[in-house]
Amino acid sequence: MNVADKKRLLREMLFARRFEERCYEAYVERKIGGFLHLYPGEEACAHGVLDAAKPGHDYVITSYRDHIHAIKCGADPRRVMAELYAKETGSSRGRGGSMHIFDVGHRFMGGYALVGGPFPLATGIAKAIKMKGGDEICICFLGDAANNQGTFHESLNMAKLWGLPVLYVCENNLYGIGTRIDRSTAVIDQYKRVSGYNIPSAQEDGQDIEKVFKAAKKAVNHVRAGKGPYFLELMTYRYRGHSMSDSNAYRSKGEERMWSNRDPIIMLRDRLIAAGHISKADYKVMDNEILDEIEDDVIAFAESSPEPRVDELEKYTLAENDPWVYGGGR
Amino acid sequence: MAEIMYWEAIRRAHDEEMANDPMVICMGEDIAVAGGTYKATQGLYDKYGPERVIDTPISENGYTGLGIGASFLGVRPIIEIMSVNFAWLAMDQLFNSAAKVRYMSGGQLTAPVVVRSPGGTAHQLGAQHSARMEKIFMGIAGLRVVTPSSPKQAYGLLKSAVRCNDPVFINEHELMYNMKGEVADEEFFHSLEGSEITRHGRDVTLFAYNISVHWCLQAADILSKQFAIEAEVVDLYALAPLDRAGIAASVRKTHRAVIVEEAEPAVGVGAEVMAIMNEECFFELDAAPQRVSAVHVPIPYNHSLEKAAIPNANDVVMAVRKMFGK
Repeated sequence: MNVADKKRLLREMLFARRFEERCYEAYVERKIGGFLHLYPGEEACAHGVLDAAKPGHDYVITSYRDHIHAIKCGADPRRVMAELYAKETGSSRGRGGSMHIFDVGHRFMGGYALVGGPFPLATGIAKAIKMKGGDEICICFLGDAANNQGTFHESLNMAKLWGLPVLYVCENNLYGIGTRIDRSTAVIDQYKRVSGYNIPSAQEDGQDIEKVFKAAKKAVNHVRAGKGPYFLELMTYRYRGHSMSDSNAYRSKGEERMWSNRDPIIMLRDRLIAAGHISKADYKVMDNEILDEIEDDVIAFAESSPEPRVDELEKYTLAENDPWVYGGGR
Repeated sequence: MAEIMYWEAIRRAHDEEMANDPMVICMGEDIAVAGGTYKATQGLYDKYGPERVIDTPISENGYTGLGIGASFLGVRPIIEIMSVNFAWLAMDQLFNSAAKVRYMSGGQLTAPVVVRSPGGTAHQLGAQHSARMEKIFMGIAGLRVVTPSSPKQAYGLLKSAVRCNDPVFINEHELMYNMKGEVADEEFFHSLEGSEITRHGRDVTLFAYNISVHWCLQAADILSKQFAIEAEVVDLYALAPLDRAGIAASVRKTHRAVIVEEAEPAVGVGAEVMAIMNEECFFELDAAPQRVSAVHVPIPYNHSLEKAAIPNANDVVMAVRKMFGK
């Protein structure tokens, strides 16, 4: 990773942070409804892994904490915000919401709201890639708590059995909603759990983007080389509650402080400053540019966009004008 | 025109669709090397190989979800779930992923999977292998449900389901795989919507689907010969969406209706068809519609108890006679 890459990633991660913080404000203002699961604290995971892959070319699928993964794959942040604002211009035309961001054009195959639900879908996408013979891989980002679902075991078994090109990335933020991992999970180290399926795996510091990138590069290379699935566990932390409806009362101040001292953005920023690549003033200018962009471009687009039409309520339920429904295209 | 069995019709549809499109695959438990519990995929493994004819682990939710994920990229999986009772385990992926992905992605993604599974009571299979679950599937927006009553439908519905861009659940029947019927030698496709008048009549409509079509045809013969009642039999091979216009049209002709279902009455096909009649053609009815349904119990092992739990042709005759006071 060269200096230019690091500076770019610093900007991307800071944008992700400010984007999510602005979502928080919009939620409090009731501009965003439903459930809202935010990503601050975990930015190095999505950015480090996807920088080591080919976003827009490789297929990516994830859970309901999905805004940043979509944007990193190439989704227009304005359309992601418009989706949160439930607008017709939203990435899912206002039908999906925060938990269901999709941008199939950039091969972001969606956010799904059943914990562990994307495991088999990711594995199936990998099956299709293998059938078609392309060099793409599928990357599945899920939290640690998803590994207690049956879909985890069922999918790992099939992925290994059939040698499918899928990289499972476990963003281990130590909590399944409000339950700490040692109270829900018999084996704390998630990367060890896949050894039962003979799948190679690694555990890495998810707060240091350079370490994430390096570990992800190895993982991506393994999968792209046709050697079958790989499982990468990244140790991370979310600053906000599980969702906006979470009081976040189950964590100690000491624990939160410890993790905020290992903030992925601050760590990279300080490293770049110490090496003389940027100044504190540069960082401040960048931050202000990002804040302006989010306000003047992203939020303004979402605010000014139209809502979906009520007379199109039933659209997208089933395929339209599909001749095979009536038994004939011939 | 050849007379072939229901399972042979399904096998032929698989074979033709796999030959037509290299993206069509089939997967399920014991379907490849063993050829399938009901032989519906017999010989396909040798013909198309292990990448396209796949023996899955016993992981219903996992392999159903895998098929759905593959379908996002244009693969057309035909997924066999060995018994509909096991489909409970795949509900998460079928309902939360396949049925909803088109809507919640704003039309960007679709899951063109076919899931086939036999339901119904067979011979003393007990409570956990005798479920009739069509009522569960037909209530889910985004999912099509069809249920063939003949080899011809079994062939034509599967052919269309494979090519249709929506997820389709095909409800087959354990007892019907060896049923014979005529299937045209030329390739054809059956509509996934609508209904079919299997027997024309003027006095009462018997609405049926899958195996109950055959009970109704038997009942209609008895009613005609012994009681001079001419029953019309309407085959609701499409359960979702149901054919509202077809249901209303037959009621406008006969003014009486009996719905015959193998499942328990609660929240079922009979209840839904009655609601449609209320909404579409209530004032055409000359008598309160009746349902002939299973008894609301888990299916017992004991043969006599099992028989008593499931309706038959005689129950249909009795319901119609009661309606006519004969």
